[in-house]
Amino acid sequence: MSNSRHIVIIGNGISGVTLARHLRKADSNVRITLISGESKYFFSRTALMYIYMGHMKFEHTQPYENWFWEKNRIDLKEGWVKSIDYSSKELLFSDGEDLKYDLLVLAVGSKPNKFGWPGQDLKGVQGLYSKQDLELMEENTQGNVERAVIVGGGLIGIEMAEMLAYRKIPVTFLVREEGFWTNVLPKEESELVGRHIREHHIDLRLSTELDEILSDQNGRVRAIRTNTGEEIQCQFVGLTAGVKPNVDFLKGSDLEVNRGIRVNEFFETNIPEVYAIGDCAEFEQAPAVDRKNIEQVWYTGRMHGETLAQTLSGERTPYRPGHWFNSAKFLDIEYQTYGTVPAVWNQKEVDSFYWEHKNGKICFRMLMDKKGLLLGVNNFGFRLRHEFFDRALSEKWPGAKVIKNLKRANFDPEFFAPYHQLIQDQFLNEYGGDFTVSKSSWTQKLFGAKL
Amino acid sequence: MNIIQKIGIGLFLIGMTVFIAMPFIGNYTLSEEQVRTATKEIHQEQMTEILAPMYGVEYGSNFAFLSAFNENFSTYNDALKDQGAWDQVIWDDYGFPLAMAALESPVKSQPWIFLGLSIGLCVLGGLFFILPQYRGEPEGIKNNGIYHSSATSRGFIGIATGTFLILFYVLLYWYPAYLANHVWMVNPLSLLLSGNPASQWFLYGFIYTLAIAVMGVRMYRKYRGNKYQILRTSSVIFFQTAFAFLIPEILVLLNQPYFDFKNIWPLDYDFFYSYNLDTLISSGGFGLFMLMWGILLIIIGVPLLTYFYGKRWYCSWVCGCGGLAETVGDPYRQLSDKSLKAWKYERVIIHSVLVLAVVMTALTLVNYFMSFELLGNVTNQLHSFYGFAIGAAFSGVVGTGFYPFMGNRVWCRFGCPLAAYLGLVQRFKSRFRITTNGGQCISCGNCSTYCEMGIDVRWYAQRGQNIVRSSCVGCGVCSAVCPRGVLKLENDNEENRINDMPIIIGNDSIKVNA
Ligand SMILES: Cc1cc2nc3c(=O)[nH]c(=O)nc-3n(C[C@H](O)[C@H](O)[C@H](O)COP(=O)(O)OP(=O)(O)OC[C@H]3O[C@@H](n4cnc5c(N)ncnc54)[C@H](O)[C@@H]3O)c2cc1C
Ligand code: SF4
Ligand code: SF4
Repeated sequence: MSNSRHIVIIGNGISGVTLARHLRKADSNVRITLISGESKYFFSRTALMYIYMGHMKFEHTQPYENWFWEKNRIDLKEGWVKSIDYSSKELLFSDGEDLKYDLLVLAVGSKPNKFGWPGQDLKGVQGLYSKQDLELMEENTQGNVERAVIVGGGLIGIEMAEMLAYRKIPVTFLVREEGFWTNVLPKEESELVGRHIREHHIDLRLSTELDEILSDQNGRVRAIRTNTGEEIQCQFVGLTAGVKPNVDFLKGSDLEVNRGIRVNEFFETNIPEVYAIGDCAEFEQAPAVDRKNIEQVWYTGRMHGETLAQTLSGERTPYRPGHWFNSAKFLDIEYQTYGTVPAVWNQKEVDSFYWEHKNGKICFRMLMDKKGLLLGVNNFGFRLRHEFFDRALSEKWPGAKVIKNLKRANFDPEFFAPYHQLIQDQFLNEYGGDFTVSKSSWTQKLFGAKL
Repeated sequence: MNIIQKIGIGLFLIGMTVFIAMPFIGNYTLSEEQVRTATKEIHQEQMTEILAPMYGVEYGSNFAFLSAFNENFSTYNDALKDQGAWDQVIWDDYGFPLAMAALESPVKSQPWIFLGLSIGLCVLGGLFFILPQYRGEPEGIKNNGIYHSSATSRGFIGIATGTFLILFYVLLYWYPAYLANHVWMVNPLSLLLSGNPASQWFLYGFIYTLAIAVMGVRMYRKYRGNKYQILRTSSVIFFQTAFAFLIPEILVLLNQPYFDFKNIWPLDYDFFYSYNLDTLISSGGFGLFMLMWGILLIIIGVPLLTYFYGKRWYCSWVCGCGGLAETVGDPYRQLSDKSLKAWKYERVIIHSVLVLAVVMTALTLVNYFMSFELLGNVTNQLHSFYGFAIGAAFSGVVGTGFYPFMGNRVWCRFGCPLAAYLGLVQRFKSRFRITTNGGQCISCGNCSTYCEMGIDVRWYAQRGQNIVRSSCVGCGVCSAVCPRGVLKLENDNEENRINDMPIIIGNDSIKVNA
């Protein structure tokens, strides 16, 4: 064991952990060390909100039991890496310890964006990314918080709003754009989510920007001022205007760092034997036309880990992600997407079919090219099957075929309302087609939820 | 919490107080006549003599009465035991019928009023608390604050609840004499239904059914918008009320054997006991039908329905134990142990109970058909061991009493032999599985946390693997609480039911030979 290659991974998030697991599966000799300053054991960052809301305790967010790491001979080290000496292949920790590596993988994740707002470092002002951030939020919202302001309308912002609502803290939600998450969601979807946010009595302010955060005499936030000059009294400010790669401690060395750590399609940095994956990696070239150079979601982190594990265990493999998919939950409304559905599209090249339920909380969008072939779908308020759309996209199904078979794509629990029937009906009305609306079984008709 | 809910809690607490105070009400005076009616003919002479010192004496509490009874009775019985005069020893427990007879209390004379003041107020208070929940909030399942509440996170209220339940079960199974007032309280109801006086089992069945109904209403509120949960809850309420509670009583009213058509051996462990067989066989055509029905359920009903729908058709749609777990127990589901170690214990224990039940039943039947030549009364001892250890201690005291400590399915997961049988079918020959939605899992852990059977659902989901586990009762809650729409309970073709995917859908970098 002692003379086997030592692979050190900084960061035990989803990308680092996936890499470690797959490496161990492929190679039982290599020595693997996983480092993190945040928490010794891997936990799911995506579940932080549920801890705050009392759905789970921190230990429930750990996908593997503690014995798992020892059993798989993955050494865990808790500590912050302060600097890296690439020539002597040595890590220096903030507590003065050091560690040698043969091969280094940087999977150091992201941190919240702060755009230099005056007052952004006051007490009671924070982002939400790490376990420590959650603990801080717990502390910051203990006392007398009569109102909170959230700045930035993305996924973490709405999670934060839901968290604060659980504590019965009134929330004002500032969104710079004229709709919620309009850099990702088309207009109708954005409006649907906006309505739902307001239904939860969250004070959503569209087209509103933060100008300044104002302090009281103790250095704690007492109010914010918006770009319209309005002052909003508040005791807590959540900064959720996106995240950026956590690379500050890597800057000023030989490692090439732009916004993130620059890598090629093999996750190789400019330094041999040093790789980067997950949120912190910035591809020289976007992995696909509909993808960004920095991929900051859970799934991509996992795929980076899976792919790099192939390379490191001897099978040099470029990163070739498949069809895009993603999901989120906006308060009570679930959202999934498969394939490519941008916020806006060129109507000369793309056809959009959109259906919305009369309750205004459930919708479906399908984009097709001018030949009628499927490009992607968005679904809100009901569930669709990943496998179905992965196949439909790979096999380039016409949109009509997708709709015809939509019943098979349904992933809602049994007895839920068969929304695919309404979608099929509307599609037939708008586009025509050689199929009929799917029928319900008699049990569904008798007992199932009504449309 | 609004004012109505606060009133609800108040009413509930008053009801509980009356219920708990009831054993301490009234006094006890025994007469020879009472002893005569309460004892079997063969014991009448001895018993009237043994208890003679107690006649006419007024005992101020059940403790005083029962200790006097035990003293007189044991002096006599122990002497016989010492002499080894086993055939003269009285094994029957007359404490309960005699306490029932000797009791004079306001509860006995005003049962309806006390029923209203105890159980009635509890039900009313419960509904006052439950019905306004989530009013004015959009549909959606919220487990908000579960781990911040002392009731549902093994805090003080949880411990108190568990202690109360355990105490209640201990009294019910082994010291029913202390529940004499409670039984008198439901006596008029029993007379109304079956024409027979109430027993402690009627009391239990009545409370059990009400608890499922009231907490079922809570399920309707909590899982509103989730039709699967709503239907499942209606189903268990229906089967408990009709099949477990009303129909058996009505059968008795019609001079038929007491029979629960949905109870299945080996959960119904005394189905093949000689007294049950004798009763059914001697009850003419209808009795024989019941016997056949019971046997057909075991050999055809269980495998067939489980093949098509998974064990959920029984465990979370029909069964009475499951019905209680899914309603009264729902607030505790997150307390089940998800560790691999717990799973190992589970497999050993539950299959041991199954083996024990099968062996016991086999011996019983052999013995029965050989007219007790083979084993004599040995099977009786086996029965009383099983009845004590499994039937009462495990399924009752631990099964329900431990809800607030180990989750709501302790019995179903570790002990129920029928669940073990259903589970074997589900694991090896069934169309049921929980399908994982490709790569959508974010490993958040909601599914595992809220799986009452302690299945680490996430372990499978995050690898894109379907969940095929013998213990899954198909409650559907993992699917309901998943924030990313990853899980779907399905009945489908057997092929590809168990899928092991090294790389999850969505990453085309790696070619996997499927
Ligand atoms: C609240 C929240 C909700 C989210 N929800 C979703 C969602 O629903 N869906 C989705 O797709 N994505 C979601 N994301 C994004 C997703 O969690 C990230 O994309 C993903 O976790 C990134 O994984 P990673 O492995 O790249 O890095 P990380 O998970 O960030 O892991 C990096 C690790 O490296 C460690 N580290 C960094 N620097 C050092 C150092 N110098 N020394 C030692 N250790 C170091 C950190 O401690 C950290 O543990 C969410 C993010 C947040 C914050
Ligand atoms: S796996 Fe899901 S459906 Fe099965 S018992 Fe657990 S929570 Fe219920
Ligand atoms: S609840 Fe859903 S997303 Fe969360 S771990 Fe379970 S399957 Fe995955």
